Amino acid sequence: MAYQTHEYIAVGMLFLFAALVATLILIATHLLGPKIKDPAKMRPYECGPEPQGTPRHQFSVHFYIIAIFFILFDIEAVFMYPWAVMFKKFLILQGFVIILDMVVFIGILAVGFIYIWKKKALEWDL
Amino acid sequence: MTLTILLVTLLKVLVLSFVVINVVPLMTWVERRGSAFIQGRIGPNRVGPLGLFQPIADGIKFIMKEDTYYPHVDKILFIIAPALALIPAILAFAAIPFGPQFTLWGYTTALQIADINIGVIYVLAIASLSIYGILLGGWASNNKYSFLGSVRSSAQMISYEVALGLSIVGLLMIYETTSLKDMVLAQSVPLWGVLPKWGIFTQPVAFLLFWICIFAETNRLPFDLPEGETELVAGYHTEYSGMKFALFFMSEYMAMFTGSALAATLFLGGWAFPPGIQEWILNFGLSRNLFAFICFINFMIKVAFFLWCFVWVRWTFPRFRYDQLMKLGWKFMIPVALLNILATGFVIYGA
Repeated sequence: MAYQTHEYIAVGMLFLFAALVATLILIATHLLGPKIKDPAKMRPYECGPEPQGTPRHQFSVHFYIIAIFFILFDIEAVFMYPWAVMFKKFLILQGFVIILDMVVFIGILAVGFIYIWKKKALEWDL
Repeated sequence: MTLTILLVTLLKVLVLSFVVINVVPLMTWVERRGSAFIQGRIGPNRVGPLGLFQPIADGIKFIMKEDTYYPHVDKILFIIAPALALIPAILAFAAIPFGPQFTLWGYTTALQIADINIGVIYVLAIASLSIYGILLGGWASNNKYSFLGSVRSSAQMISYEVALGLSIVGLLMIYETTSLKDMVLAQSVPLWGVLPKWGIFTQPVAFLLFWICIFAETNRLPFDLPEGETELVAGYHTEYSGMKFALFFMSEYMAMFTGSALAATLFLGGWAFPPGIQEWILNFGLSRNLFAFICFINFMIKVAFFLWCFVWVRWTFPRFRYDQLMKLGWKFMIPVALLNILATGFVIYGA
C-alpha cells in the first residue's frame, strides 16, 4: 500500500491508451485527405499580405518576469500542502504554534509580493 | 487472481476513457445548441434527431481534410505538439473517483482508474503539462499569430495556476487528505445537522477562486485571450488543419471535463449523495454494483452542471483585456487565496 504500485500500473495503462489514440489519429489524418500544393497556401498565414520579418522576434520581457514569479510562488504553494494536510493533527499536539508558522511563512511571502507589486512588475499597461 | 486484477484494471481504463472521450463530441453539440439557444438561433438540427449526429459528421469531415505541412514549420515539433496536448488531458482524469466500490469477478475495487494517495496534486500536475503542447505548437508553427497566442496562453496559465494551487490549501486543511477518494468520504457527513459537509459550504471563497482559475486554465471565455479571434485569428493553432487542429480542441474539452470533475469532487461531494439521501437509497437493498452505478450517474449530473456553466458563461460575458486578466490573476486572486488560508487556519483554531 505504501508505494501504490498497482495504482501507477493503471496510470501507465491509461498513458499507453492515450498515446495510442493520439498516434492513430495523427496517422489517420495523414493518410486520408487530399494533398494539394499551392505556393500561396504554403506561406505563413498573415491575413493575406506578404509576411513581414520573422516570428522569432523579440517579445515583451514581461512574459519572462511572469514565468520567474510563477516558479517562486508555485514552490511556495507546494510547501503549504504538507502543512495543510497535517494542520489539525499538529493543532492538537502543539496548539497555536502551527498557525504562527504559517503566518510567518505567508508574511515573508507577502513582503516579496508587495515588493514586486510596488516595483510595478505586475503592470501591463505601461 | 493477479490476472483478474489486471483485467479489471484494463476494463476500468477502457470504459472510463471511453466515457470521457465521448464527453467531447457531446459537449461540442451542447455548446452549439446552447449558444443557439442563448442567442435565439436554431443551431445544428439537420443531422439526426435534434442534430445529435452533428459531432460525428464533424469528426468525419475533420479526418478527411488535408493535413497540411508547410515549408516554414519546425516539422517534428509541429507533428507531436497536438499529441502532447492530448495525452496529459487524457491522463489527468486518472485520479478522479467516478463512484464507490464495485465487485467484478470476485475482485472489489473503486470506480476510479487509480486511487492515488496524492490525487489532488497528481491531477493539477498532469493537467498543467498540456501547456507544453500549446507552447510547442505555437512555436513550431513559425507564425506570428501562433507564437503570440502560445506565449500569451502560457503566461495566463501559469499565472492562474498559482491561485489554483493556493485555493485548494483550505480544503486540505479541513479534510486532512490529498486523496480524492478520502476527500469524497470526508464530505459525505452532515455539517451543522442540515447541510452536507461539501467543500462549497465549508470553503465558499476557495470555490469561487478555484472555479475562476479553471476557466483561465482551460482558456475558455472570458479568458480566451490565446485564441482571441479579433486579435490573433485563432491563436496557437492558426497553422493547423484537419485532425491535428481537432486534437487541440479535444484536449481543451477534456481539460474542461477534468476541471468540472475536480470541482464536483472537491466542492460538491463527488459521487456521494447528501447524508440523509444516501441511507434512504441504501434502504432499498440494492446490490453493490447497482448502487455504484447510481452514484456514477449522480457524479455525472454534477459534472454536467459544471460543463453547462462553461457554455453559459461563454455566451454571457465579454472577453477580458490582457492587462485586466493579469491584474485579476496576480493582484486579486493570489492575495485573496493567501488570506483565505490564514482565515481557515484561525477559524479551525477557534472551533
